[in-house]
Amino acid sequence: MVSRFRRKAGDTLLAYGFMAAGLACFALFSWYPLVKGVILSFQQDNFVVPPYWVGLDNYRALFDDPLFWTAWRNTLVFTALALVLGFALPFVIAVLLNEFRHFSGYFRVLVYLPVMLPPIVSVLLWRYFYDPGNGLFNAALRSVGLPESQWTQSSATAMISLVLVSTWANLGGATLMYLAALQNIPGDLYEAAELDGASLWQRIRHVTLPQMRFIMLVLLLLQIIATMQVFIEPYALTGTSNPDTITVLVLVYRYAFTVNNDFGLAAAMSVLLFVVLGAFSALYLRLTRNSSS
Amino acid sequence: MTLTAPPRSDTAPVVVPPTRRRRFRTAPRTLVSTIDLQRHRRLYFTVLGLTLLVFTLVFLFPLYWMVASAVKAPAEYARSSPTLIPESFHPDTFATAWTNMRIAKYFTNTLFYAFGGWLVSLLVDVGVAYALSKLKPIFGRVVLGGMLASLMLPATALLVPAYLAVVDVPLVHVNLLNTPWALWLPAAANAFNVYVLKRFFDQIPDDLLDAAAIDGAGRLRQLWSIVLPLSRPVLGVVSIFIVVALWKDFLWPLLVLPDPDAQTLSVALSRLANTSQVPPTEFMAGLAIASLPMILVFLVFQRSIIGGLSAGATKG
Repeated sequence: MVSRFRRKAGDTLLAYGFMAAGLACFALFSWYPLVKGVILSFQQDNFVVPPYWVGLDNYRALFDDPLFWTAWRNTLVFTALALVLGFALPFVIAVLLNEFRHFSGYFRVLVYLPVMLPPIVSVLLWRYFYDPGNGLFNAALRSVGLPESQWTQSSATAMISLVLVSTWANLGGATLMYLAALQNIPGDLYEAAELDGASLWQRIRHVTLPQMRFIMLVLLLLQIIATMQVFIEPYALTGTSNPDTITVLVLVYRYAFTVNNDFGLAAAMSVLLFVVLGAFSALYLRLTRNSSS
Repeated sequence: MTLTAPPRSDTAPVVVPPTRRRRFRTAPRTLVSTIDLQRHRRLYFTVLGLTLLVFTLVFLFPLYWMVASAVKAPAEYARSSPTLIPESFHPDTFATAWTNMRIAKYFTNTLFYAFGGWLVSLLVDVGVAYALSKLKPIFGRVVLGGMLASLMLPATALLVPAYLAVVDVPLVHVNLLNTPWALWLPAAANAFNVYVLKRFFDQIPDDLLDAAAIDGAGRLRQLWSIVLPLSRPVLGVVSIFIVVALWKDFLWPLLVLPDPDAQTLSVALSRLANTSQVPPTEFMAGLAIASLPMILVFLVFQRSIIGGLSAGATKG
């Protein structure tokens, strides 16, 4: 009994030795920033003078900044557009690809290829495609006699241009996950539905969709969380000061690092982003936790 | 013409009546039965052909365009109606980009960050996972919970305070800006990797370790000689995740590596994109060089990468 206790104590000591580096990393980059971020949002900190408390001033300044509202509206528009394209498309593609009895390996590699590229590479590549002068897209439109577009350089099409790159670069992940889930649908269900005279559409409606509901919900949440943190697309395509495409994260970046050098203001904005995303994350974790237990 | 794809290993073969032309491999029952597809083979092959065309155009053609643009002469590239197949061929643009844009420097930087980060992350995360899984310390569950809670935090919401932690590390007061540690330490604080490793270690029977202990192996020796060799598959998958994530990362290195000499390829490319000194053909070569390692990793490890995604989807 005593020896077991001593072994437990020894193991615990040893365990914390093994975990020391990990605990330090998590403390420094997860736990400390969480607390520090909230504190910072109530402080004035610009690296010039030591930080001091300002109460709710940062939040008040945010609400008074017209860019704050623009950034939230743009982010919501981006998220909504990205959902319209990026949520439905991978599902449709997966259902289609799952029917093919040929080239299935090739299709899988193909749709996932852009996901492997460094995101900034995809975006910068598309920047050349979007070039209104000799860019690929306008050249293609010209060659078939369609009107050209200003793409990222016009406020009417800037946002949708960002959504297009983003969808191209990211839809592979969701597509492959849907494909995997589709293969788990028992074939008997389709068999039975067919015997009952269900048409193709009815089989999608009454077999595929109900079987995929859970994974669709999970990917929906993940996509909302990911697209609300959009940064690279506006940063590299339209710049950090374009009011047509400025997003929440771009504004955080501006507040802290380029325009204002005001870390308190940036922290307050981050806290608001955190609250919104945290709600979606909590929902996501609840869903996945319940299913795995 | 052979139209066979590698057989799916995860599915039991279904007996299909022999057909005259054996072009349909056996497949599990999906939305449309194989028999129906064979019956409407003309429609099937039309849809298949169209999809092949459209998908190749959408997903592969941009990459072709990147490489084709890189080897064009600058004058040919600048034409208002681009040439589909390059008329001029200058593969030396890649060499020029390698030296002129200092891609060589940024490439080695990124390699160093990716593999250094791989080593640091693996050391740190294996240590945590082994301790939690096999040594079962007091408050181990609290530690695991604290780490998993960080999965709920969107990384970008912690950007500003994490940046401040890099500029002036609490307690020790060193500045990690422009050092590799600014990338490596946050990369190591990855709860997902810890969780995946711990779950795998949990499946290794304790009896194995007890037997080794009787033979005089200490805890470190047990980790090195028993746990790690048995964990090769999961170590491989986690390694790919770590290296790919470090190679693709943009926003964080943009913040913590302001010195051009310390920058990653991604950050340097975005900086160079906004200067007019680099000709577009050279820049395209730069983009291609930055993508090549990830494409190679994907082609070599596609089974693990796609398998990892699929496992995530079906386990739910």
